[in-house]
Amino acid sequence: MDSTLLVIQILNGLQLGVLLFLLAAGLTLVFGIMDFINLAHGSFYMVGAFFCATLTLWFDSFLLGLLLALPLTLAVGVVVELLVVRHLYQEDHLQQILATFGLILVADTLVHIIWGPEGLTFALPEVLNGQVTVLPGIRFPIYRILIISVGLLIAAGLYWVVARTRIGMLIRAGASNRRMVGALGVDIRYLFTLVFGAGAVMAGLAGLMIAPITEASIGMGNEILIVAFVVIVIGGIGSIKGAFLGALLVGLIDTLGRSFLDGMLKLVLSNQAAETSAPAISAMLIYILMAAILYFRPQGLFPPKGR
Amino acid sequence: MKIRITLLSVVVALLALPASAADKVKIGFVTTLTTGAAVIGKDMQDAVNLAVEDIGGKMGGLDVEMIFGDDGFKPETGKQVTDKLVKSDDVDFVAGYIWSHVLLASQKSVLGAGKFLISANAGPSQLAGKLCNKNFFSTSWQNDQTPMAMGEVLNQRGIKKLYIMSPNYAAGKNMVAGVERTFKGEIVGKDMTKWGKDAQLDFSAELAKAGASGADAIFVFYPGKAGGAFIKQYEQAGLTDKLPLYTVFTIDSIALPKLQKAKMKAVLGSLNTQFWGPDLDTPQNHRFVSGFKKKYGRYPSFYAAQSYDSIFLIKSAVEAVGGNLADMDGMRAAMEKADFPSVRGAFRYGKNHFPIQNFYLRKVVEDSDGNWTTSVVDTVFEDHQDTYAGECKI
Repeated sequence: MDSTLLVIQILNGLQLGVLLFLLAAGLTLVFGIMDFINLAHGSFYMVGAFFCATLTLWFDSFLLGLLLALPLTLAVGVVVELLVVRHLYQEDHLQQILATFGLILVADTLVHIIWGPEGLTFALPEVLNGQVTVLPGIRFPIYRILIISVGLLIAAGLYWVVARTRIGMLIRAGASNRRMVGALGVDIRYLFTLVFGAGAVMAGLAGLMIAPITEASIGMGNEILIVAFVVIVIGGIGSIKGAFLGALLVGLIDTLGRSFLDGMLKLVLSNQAAETSAPAISAMLIYILMAAILYFRPQGLFPPKGR
Repeated sequence: MKIRITLLSVVVALLALPASAADKVKIGFVTTLTTGAAVIGKDMQDAVNLAVEDIGGKMGGLDVEMIFGDDGFKPETGKQVTDKLVKSDDVDFVAGYIWSHVLLASQKSVLGAGKFLISANAGPSQLAGKLCNKNFFSTSWQNDQTPMAMGEVLNQRGIKKLYIMSPNYAAGKNMVAGVERTFKGEIVGKDMTKWGKDAQLDFSAELAKAGASGADAIFVFYPGKAGGAFIKQYEQAGLTDKLPLYTVFTIDSIALPKLQKAKMKAVLGSLNTQFWGPDLDTPQNHRFVSGFKKKYGRYPSFYAAQSYDSIFLIKSAVEAVGGNLADMDGMRAAMEKADFPSVRGAFRYGKNHFPIQNFYLRKVVEDSDGNWTTSVVDTVFEDHQDTYAGECKI
């Protein structure tokens, strides 16, 4: 029974991990290439979820909702880049933090005005709502398997783009030495808009995939963004590989901590003490990991080369 | 002579000034109006506005002025907005408070200034016991009471092994303590999850544990949006038939319309306990529920019911002293009698000013219009008093 639970929890951890990766990938690229801290990255996560929920309820089809929400989120990302973010690249980090914090407030309030405070929820299609037997005797929700698969596919695709294509070469070059790329005649502004938009779409995809599990709600992106920042610090800022492995690590540690820590603590502490301290400690685990990595390897586990 | 009369009238006019300054009752109402929890705050605000409308905007001849404050779902913001209401708006009553941790952080600002504090939801054990105060009143319940009623229901239904899930904050701990106090079987597992603005909403790990724990039933407390998220995942994890769901403050008229839209049929027939229900048969409740449905086109939640009551409680106090808001003792004595039309019917106050009241078992059903709602099916406790009243030294 215990090994069954372990497999299920590892799958749950993977699912959280790929979700974090989708968010962290955009964050780490934008930070690594443009040296831009985007606190409002989580807003795309929220916007993607709301677009998808609205469209799904409208057309009564999750697939249509998903397919239409992605270009819409891309459009929002590009517009935000052109109107606001573009003017902030030259500013220092404090200004960027203040400005993007302002963007969060604007986004949350706009969503409040358009959709109201109560959030949106929608049902999964029947086919996705059940469970599937992954290993003999182990059943797991189909939809979460789907999230894991989509996340892994995107990760593979992103790896291919970054490692094998010309755009990817420019992105890597941008992460290592921004000014040199500009000096070599690459239209760096076009590259920035592209990367920012791609980050927004991935965040939106993460948001719309989680919406049928939780719901589309105001501020949902701000909650997970903090963890996404932890992921990129652990993985190494600017590194896609770091974001991927960091996200899986954080997802697994968080999930396994929540699952097994109270049981382990009960071996050494009284029941009462274990029950009180386990939730507190499991909520801290990823931050403890981050602190340890910052101490022993401040550049992160897999920093981009050339820094 | 003429001059004298003029002088006298000036003196009278001057003397009358302080009285004319108090020509209205100022009520501050603190709730959550931003973040995802704003849906609860909106329900409370709507109920308060309806109550003020139903009493014609007057209490004991004075105009009522409502000032709403937003706690942003955070104790520190709640305290700040409470300070503002007490110090700069100089309100006569402060009411509201969804969250126990926000109320605990804010209570001192009101009670320290010698003003009345009316909780329209939160019922932390501290305020019922050691921190009880002569100027604090509740129109809801003490946190432990509703889960205590649920523990009793679980015993009656022969549940032997129980799994518990609740958010990790003041009220969550009270809810768990409540059900543990009355439930006689074994508790095979318990998860306290992260709460607040960055609350945990994905319960995959916990549900997997619950499913593997060998429990006969699961007891859950997830107020607001977390409730809807929990129910969806409970159904997706395939626990509907395996692990019957018993809840407190989780499935209400805020969660149900969304669950219905999402066709989460798992929730129909599930049981919860509460001091009230939209179909509870009292004259004031008929007035409230039909008025609320007419004005807002939806069922009111228990948060709304308690908020509606809070305005009528304040009205009974102001009327008892004929609008003389300086008479704190008179108003307190009036409120202690609980002599106002309550949506729950007649009840009395314990010495800690928490209601001594009935608790009902409610079932999730579809009403005649096809809307999902809760219906009272049984009375679990009659005239139930909270367990902390003994610790209160008033």
